[in-house]
Amino acid sequence: MSFIKKSPWILHYDGTSCNGCDIEVLACLTPLYDIERFGIINTGNPKHADILLITGSVNDQNIPVIKQLYEQMADPKVVVAVGICATSGGIFAECYNIVGGIDKVLPVDVYVPGCAARPESIIDGVVKALDILGEKQKTARK
Amino acid sequence: MFILRIFLIIVLAPILGGLLTGLDRIISARLQGRKGPPLLQPFYDVLKLIGKESIEVNTFHRFYVYISLIFIIFTTVIMLLGGDILLAIFVLTLGSIFFVLGGYASNSPYSVIGSERELLMMMAYEPMVLIIGASLYYASGSFFIKDIVSESIPAIVYLPGVFLGLVFILLFKLRKAPFDLSMSHHAHQEIVQGITTEYSGRDLAVIQISHWYETIIALTLVYLFFATNAPISKVWAISACSIVFLFETVIGNACARLKWQVALKSTWIITGILGVINLVVLSFFK
Repeated sequence: MSFIKKSPWILHYDGTSCNGCDIEVLACLTPLYDIERFGIINTGNPKHADILLITGSVNDQNIPVIKQLYEQMADPKVVVAVGICATSGGIFAECYNIVGGIDKVLPVDVYVPGCAARPESIIDGVVKALDILGEKQKTARK
Repeated sequence: MFILRIFLIIVLAPILGGLLTGLDRIISARLQGRKGPPLLQPFYDVLKLIGKESIEVNTFHRFYVYISLIFIIFTTVIMLLGGDILLAIFVLTLGSIFFVLGGYASNSPYSVIGSERELLMMMAYEPMVLIIGASLYYASGSFFIKDIVSESIPAIVYLPGVFLGLVFILLFKLRKAPFDLSMSHHAHQEIVQGITTEYSGRDLAVIQISHWYETIIALTLVYLFFATNAPISKVWAISACSIVFLFETVIGNACARLKWQVALKSTWIITGILGVINLVVLSFFK
């Protein structure tokens, strides 16, 4: 039995986002959606986190930040890109400072599209990420 | 038989503590209008953490957490076997000190801030803990817990002020809101996770398990104030423990985190008024 699927702790990082997806991520914590039902805690600490939730696209300035956050997380870990900016750059893709989606820097496991991504789809994405997390733990044990 | 009792205490205390922590999370969620996690969530968390990678900052950093757990288990065993309350208090302090040293050892700014705050918290609540030990001795004539709980009159009759002081400092011990300065899930914008910032995997699981033991130690202190040689008093004592635990949870949800200055001042004032005056009055009449 994989307990990691029952207690995923999330680290939320906001890249170059308009804050729309951010607010939707925080909305997941509110009484209406209450992700703590699934044992999910929004932790501010990469060393405690299992899921890296990134909103917004990548630019030259936040590449080292994102890389460092990912490296500080303990294995097994997954990355969820929330919102269309995080998946591909969205409407900012053509901007001079934007590198693109999170997958330009990190191996992304789940893409949650939407502008802004709805709390329902964020929860859905996280639940999908849990299966991947369970798989990763199985392979890590071998 | 003796060894079996020690074994049962070591196994059952964290299970009960974990269930209480789960209950605490459900009550907190209900107070906020949420459904909340399942009751066994703290166990899922710990079992998950055991399966995860432990990132080692340096060797001593991890060592301190395990030493702290051993001292806290030792305290639990002393208290539940009816041992010396002074020894239990000092060993518990030693356990907390090792935990603080672990925070300092990692050299991360956040855990150092957390450790400093934890030291200030200890400075705030320790005088009251000592007064509790001394006043229980005054009330019952013995430092041994098995003698304290076999008196004919419960300690609360002599020590109402000290008991209120205990309820106040339990907010520190249970890491509840006005005084959760050194580490808290809710302070992550301020000090990330305080002392526990640099711990991950199995080490973090050990910290959670020590907290379960500490919950049991805290409630045992409440129990001592109500238990007498009458069997019915055990029921009163356990219901008092439940009420105090519920009260601490409600207070934890109703308050914002205080600055350390306020925490220190208010706790010393409470200790001075409730603890010392109670003790002085008691020494006058007894």
